[in-house]
Amino acid sequence: MDFGFCLSPSSHVKMDSVDLTTFNRLKEINPDVNTCIACGSCTATCTAGNFTEMSFRRMLLMLQRGKEDEAKKMIQRCMLCGKCTLVCPRGINIRKILLDITR
Amino acid sequence: MNSQIFHPFVLPFVLGMAFVLTYCLVGLIRVISQLPKDDRKKFWRSLVTPKTAWANIRDLFGDCLFHVKIWKRNPVLGYMHTAIAFGWFMIIVIGHVMLFTLKPLQGVEVERLQGMFTNFYYPIFFKYFAEETPVFAFLMDFFLLMIISGILIAVVKKIHSKIVGVKRVMHFGFADSLIRFALWTIFPFRLIAEKTNIMAFWWLYSIDLLIFMCMLPFTRYMHIPTEALFILLRHAGIKVTEPRKGYVLAELYSCPSCGLCIDACPMSVNDKMSGNTSAYFMKKLRNKDTEESQRIAETCLMCGKCVKICPLSIESCDIKFSQRASIPYNINSDHSYLNVISTEAEKSSKVLYFAGCMTQLTPKIMRAMKQIMEKAGEDYQFMDENGVICCGRPMMLSGKTAEAKAMVEKNTELIKKSGATKLVLSCPICYKVFKEEYHLEGIEIQHHTQYIDELVKTGKLKVSKGDVNYVYHDPCELGRAFEIYDEPREVLENVGNLRKAKSEKEISICCGGSLGSFTLTQQERDEITANSVNDLMFNNPDEIVTACPLCLKTFARKSPVKVKDIAEVVSEKI
Repeated sequence: MDFGFCLSPSSHVKMDSVDLTTFNRLKEINPDVNTCIACGSCTATCTAGNFTEMSFRRMLLMLQRGKEDEAKKMIQRCMLCGKCTLVCPRGINIRKILLDITR
Repeated sequence: MNSQIFHPFVLPFVLGMAFVLTYCLVGLIRVISQLPKDDRKKFWRSLVTPKTAWANIRDLFGDCLFHVKIWKRNPVLGYMHTAIAFGWFMIIVIGHVMLFTLKPLQGVEVERLQGMFTNFYYPIFFKYFAEETPVFAFLMDFFLLMIISGILIAVVKKIHSKIVGVKRVMHFGFADSLIRFALWTIFPFRLIAEKTNIMAFWWLYSIDLLIFMCMLPFTRYMHIPTEALFILLRHAGIKVTEPRKGYVLAELYSCPSCGLCIDACPMSVNDKMSGNTSAYFMKKLRNKDTEESQRIAETCLMCGKCVKICPLSIESCDIKFSQRASIPYNINSDHSYLNVISTEAEKSSKVLYFAGCMTQLTPKIMRAMKQIMEKAGEDYQFMDENGVICCGRPMMLSGKTAEAKAMVEKNTELIKKSGATKLVLSCPICYKVFKEEYHLEGIEIQHHTQYIDELVKTGKLKVSKGDVNYVYHDPCELGRAFEIYDEPREVLENVGNLRKAKSEKEISICCGGSLGSFTLTQQERDEITANSVNDLMFNNPDEIVTACPLCLKTFARKSPVKVKDIAEVVSEKI
């Protein structure tokens, strides 16, 4: 029955059953992923983020929770301009990581 | 009958020669057949077009015989190579002249000697066949000694390269070392054979040539025959399209692995990174080591210095681009969201200023530009004050030219709608792509260095001269790509004193921040930056000035003195 409103779908993630192969592989090739402090500088400067919901910080979070498809969809917006890499206080090579997720 | 006219010692040489010629012929057909149809047409046409034909002749002599570009870079190496290559060439030429003009030794008939096709060999061992006259004898001796002097330098270079001004040399495998040894011994054997006429040395000489020629196609010495073809193809205006076919094949085989690019490369700050230089890249790709060549292609900063200093102008950066494009990334870029951006211009003005992503990160450049344009009374507007669309170059740098199209189209639309007649850019990265990939007919594209220089020269902008000592860093994409060397220097001379860096203009060292590289880590970049700063600090300037927001940001981390953009420096003096 359509009441014209509904509950939002559950965003519950079962960490025991999610598939983290992509994230683990990513950590292996780019150990600097581990040093991310989720400060959000990358997101704040993002050229694509100015027009869309693109956010590298969130993308990493998605991968950590096994939401690989959503992360990959987000990457499609990226223009590879590299501002995120320049502002990262931890010196993480974000452009490389973005490319590696899709490889 | 034949035993009368040749000695069996020439057989190894003839065998080697036949092998090399066959290999080269097959290679030539292969390269030309792999060219795209249009390129092939272009190639045939270029051979008969007077302008390219003249350039061909000039470069075939200048590059293949006299090695002008190596002389310019390092005279000792220039002499070394000219002595060996030109000396050898002259020995062959004089030998032929001797053969056709002199009386052959007793018992040998001239017709037989000249009968290259009637008999199956071609006499090259002239002393053995023909009498020498003093003039020829002198010339032969002279060039032979010249070659040997060149080989001596080569031996010194092998033992201690710093003596001849080379810091890092290529490391070769077994095959390359063996053929080099064969090359070095050919001429001493010949000298001894000529002087003593002991049969054993003629045999050694001939066998040495056999080894050299049989190994030639599989080693770096393949550049000897290939570079002539490469020069012709380059002048025909053919561009790199395939990762390892046709034209690229000619480039790969033309690379002599001389290693000049190793010392030039900004990455050569330590031994590990010097393995990422173009010389190694070309070698790896030639040996079909796809994994390594793709790794180097992704690591390269794309500063273009190796291409500039290459004695053959091998376009290694273009080849790296095509390698990058062959890496299977599945980004599936979707930039359709750009369509929602309004293209309605708020107002129309003559000058349109596009700051670009990098300048957005260094707002002081934007402020300075605003100040300058206000002061000069220019009719201007900012294109991207509230949110910029990337110019597309970083996407292209990753080998995805098609994916960059959405950005290129949107920006083109925005610029055309603005009604401006001049587009001013602050970022050389954007400048390159706007110049090369955008079609903005009727709109003049200028980098702000050119723009400020013009404003000062036309008297629109009055600047006062201070007494600060500046050093100017040439950004790769402004200097090497477009040779904008003088404009920024003239501007700086108007506002202060200009000091020289150790390496300037076309040999300036990349700041290390380049977006060209995808895989260099921050630590590796820092090392490159430190080296580049050292080079700029050569004459103890008070301030480092650059014209690229990315260089500015990179240098600021490592420089002992203040780093400023040229727009900032000028805005302080108006």
